Amino acid sequence: MKLFPIRGGIHPEYRKERTSERVIETLPLPHRLYIPLQQHIGAPAEILVSEGDQVKKGQVIARRHGQISAHHHASTSGRVIAVTEIPAPHPSGLPQPTIVIEPDERDEWCVLPDPIPDPFAVTPEVIEDRVAESGIVGMGGATFPAAVKLQLGIRHRIDALLVNGAECEPYLTCDDRLMREYADEIIDGARIMAYALGAPRIVVAIEENKPQALETMRVAASTFPQIEVVAVPVKYPMGSERHLTLAITGRETPARRLTADLGVVVHNVATARAVHQAVRLGRPLIDRVVTVSGGAIREPKNIAAPIGARVSDLIDFCGGFSQRPECLIQGGPMMGIHLPGLDVPVVKGTSGILALTADEINERQADPCIRCGSCVSICACGLTPVELAAHIRHDDLEGAAKLGVMDCVSCGSCSWVCPSHIPLVHYFNYAKGALHAQEREHRKTERTKSLVEAHAARLERIAAQRAATVARKPKTTTIDEIQA
Amino acid sequence: MIVGEITKSGPFTHGTNTVQRTMFTVLLALLPATFFDLYLFGWPAIFLFGVTIGSCVLAEALMLALAGRPLAKTLSDGSAILTGWLLAMTLPPWAPWWTGALGAVFAIPLAKHAFGGLGQNLFNPAMVARVALLVSFPVVMTAWIEPHPLFSANAPSFAAALDITFGNGLPDGVTAATALGYVKTELSRGIPVFQSLSEYGRNTDLSYTPDLMDLAAGYKSGSLGETSALLILLGGLFLIRRRIITWHIPATMLGTLFLLGTLFNLLDPARFAPGYVHILSGAAVLGAFFIATDYVTSPVSLKGQVIFGFGVGCLTWVIRTFAGYPEGVAFAVLLMNSLTPIIDQYTRPRLFGRTRKGEPLPLKGD
Amino acid sequence: MLIAVGSLTAMGVALGGLLGVAARLLAVEEDPLEVELQAMLPGSQCGQCGFVGCAQAAAALARGEAPVTLCPPGGKAVAEQLARRLGVTVDLSDHALHVPVYASIDEALCIGCTRCIKECSVDGIIGASKLMHTVVADACHGCGKCALVCPTDAIRMLEVPVTLAAWHWPKPSIDGASPPRTAPRVEDAGRTALA
Repeated sequence: MKLFPIRGGIHPEYRKERTSERVIETLPLPHRLYIPLQQHIGAPAEILVSEGDQVKKGQVIARRHGQISAHHHASTSGRVIAVTEIPAPHPSGLPQPTIVIEPDERDEWCVLPDPIPDPFAVTPEVIEDRVAESGIVGMGGATFPAAVKLQLGIRHRIDALLVNGAECEPYLTCDDRLMREYADEIIDGARIMAYALGAPRIVVAIEENKPQALETMRVAASTFPQIEVVAVPVKYPMGSERHLTLAITGRETPARRLTADLGVVVHNVATARAVHQAVRLGRPLIDRVVTVSGGAIREPKNIAAPIGARVSDLIDFCGGFSQRPECLIQGGPMMGIHLPGLDVPVVKGTSGILALTADEINERQADPCIRCGSCVSICACGLTPVELAAHIRHDDLEGAAKLGVMDCVSCGSCSWVCPSHIPLVHYFNYAKGALHAQEREHRKTERTKSLVEAHAARLERIAAQRAATVARKPKTTTIDEIQA
Repeated sequence: MIVGEITKSGPFTHGTNTVQRTMFTVLLALLPATFFDLYLFGWPAIFLFGVTIGSCVLAEALMLALAGRPLAKTLSDGSAILTGWLLAMTLPPWAPWWTGALGAVFAIPLAKHAFGGLGQNLFNPAMVARVALLVSFPVVMTAWIEPHPLFSANAPSFAAALDITFGNGLPDGVTAATALGYVKTELSRGIPVFQSLSEYGRNTDLSYTPDLMDLAAGYKSGSLGETSALLILLGGLFLIRRRIITWHIPATMLGTLFLLGTLFNLLDPARFAPGYVHILSGAAVLGAFFIATDYVTSPVSLKGQVIFGFGVGCLTWVIRTFAGYPEGVAFAVLLMNSLTPIIDQYTRPRLFGRTRKGEPLPLKGD
Repeated sequence: MLIAVGSLTAMGVALGGLLGVAARLLAVEEDPLEVELQAMLPGSQCGQCGFVGCAQAAAALARGEAPVTLCPPGGKAVAEQLARRLGVTVDLSDHALHVPVYASIDEALCIGCTRCIKECSVDGIIGASKLMHTVVADACHGCGKCALVCPTDAIRMLEVPVTLAAWHWPKPSIDGASPPRTAPRVEDAGRTALA
């Protein structure tokens, strides 16, 4: 298959060999599970249980709320011992409502929805409903509700489902392992999703540095002529939705549009497997594979962990720390987030837990920019990070917006390559957040203004009414007087 | 356990490149050409080289102290050494010590720190210093000498060298013209270029003819570090290989210079020097690989660099051919430096998913 | 020499006089700038800026007598908008300390007097006479007028909590790097552009 080049990109040290040959191991059930209401993009789920409730494995404990939201399920059977606020696996470390479950060790399933024996005989809506009921979100890290993405087939003509097995982030091997161990389930899930989307073609994209995964997936896909397994070049950020679409189809997704506008929908391999489990077995998304790695981890592993297990549980399972980590990351080292501590739970988007040493991070104090232009040549989005950062440093957010800061995907390549170690992506994250906040404030001001106007109009109306009554009253009295 | 109380944004892995590493790689690339010319011009050149770099580092330290910036960290980035080194390479090899010291004053406080220090300067500091010296002291700055290789019979002794650099200056009868300078002078007397070029060698004591190999190898008179085009090219290719620079600026600059030279030479050989003379004499190769490619003062995008290189090539040829100075690289680089911001502005890459104008790409059927 | 000085002086006086006369004769009744600035303000006439209402605040802003950060309910967004219109640079670091607030009624203390309801310019308080009142936090823009009139001090202004959705990365701390040359240098244009 002919591939298309993407602009820029980098080749960081991948360090995947630490876990790539390690078979997925199942985490022993922890003695507490912490299930946050917000594990996805969109509105937090609505809580359905309260303290003291007994729950069964797979039971819905939080219901999706609004268009873009997701169900959450109990990962095992047990008792809800608290509904409380704990730090979220989020760079802010802000507390967020979380359901705490004490497992009863019986691991008893609730009554699961019936398996759909022939998913290609039911309507796409049935599949979408099942995916929504199962609380599946994008498991590559973006955590966008999968059911909503499956509905893209309604308004768009989808030509191809792109199954993203690129896994271009260094360290992470969870998708690699999944493809090597559960290739059939992934292919089946992908076929179901393609059916729901109405996509005639499936392309599975895997980076060349995963030859075994490529081989296994090719074998699994060999009986289905509509599926093509493609080796894509090793280049970060190849796994970015838009860039992968470009590499495979040669078409560039216009700014502010979706890949679906080009007839392409991208789903992660882990999402495909979750769809398979939901549809074929009726099993909701209650666990996921997490790569636990980094120089400070004694024994790096790929772990199948229940949603809600704490990071510390996983690290203990890996033999703990071999040295003090400089930084604890959720996700990959390029786009992952800095965790506020060890007590945060594994959520649906946790692809990796990395305990990195200072050497691995290789962060230094920033030097002055020498305008070497590396950031410009490697930016996959065609931005000029050197200029953007200059604007942002001077708080000229509008100037940065004009140069396209909102188009930045925060892939981190520019910060990685910068010889002066300037925290470029941090500048862009700040600018994007601040611009969004500004927009919210403007909306608030606009709303206040309209409320003030409505208030003034109301007062005027009341005044006018009162004046009218006052004007009428003396008149009636005069008539009365006349009549009298 | 608390891991990292400070909110940090990713990425949590970084490349190994640093400013320091970049600067020292460039210095490494300059070594062969420098060693050759230090050997070629002997002790006076070595003294001048040392004084120039020393003055630049001293000036940098002084400016950093004045600005209250961390001294050790910033000095160790090697940028002041590089500026001094490049400046020294463009000085006449037996120039008095104060040219290097004064050059450092022009380069570091004026051209660099007045703009805000490393990364802020609009103009290449070494070229600012060279041009300032050239227009202020034209005689001293064009006193070229013929090669006096170390340990050879005509090489000045250590003591004599001290006298040349720190004392009475040049002894009589050692000055020689560079090829470009000689051609220019002769041309002003009405002697055609091809004739003066072939005569050029005979005017020096050595049995020297300006054939291609000699010009390239660098056994000739010229600035302290720019005589050997071959060794400089070697260093330049090393930089490209190490990905410190890209081919864009050197190739377009030298290509433009060569094409213009060749073209006009074909039209009128009596008036215009041939392309290879333009490339192989003066600072063309040094300028192309080490001076025009200065990160700070050249455009950041590759397209911008092509325009920049083309501009430097054109201007160099124009200045060498029509202006009063035989050498034009420094002026050409400075002129193009002033255009860098505007080149940068017009050569930004196209944003992903947008047209050149910044509008979202049209969809089929829109 | 004298002729040159004399003629230049004469020209200066003449042209200056002309400008003075023109300024008088062609003066605009209502400052268009004032109208524009007023449109940027929330318009709730809360008086927190120290002026009677938003119109007066806009007038003061137009005259350059009030800082662009004068409007607490407008927050950073309004301050930035005003600063841009007036062409002034503004240090919003102090402004960042001013966190947005909203009114909250202590239900135990509320006596249902409806005074706050009458005061609220965004109709953000609901309730009726002798019945407990409550604030629609979403509508409240934190002007604090209600808190001033409450006879039982039942209204407190609380900080709007930062949610995951509203949180964003802070600006990176000084990284030792000075700005690259292409940095826009927003000089304090002062008010000369307007004069």
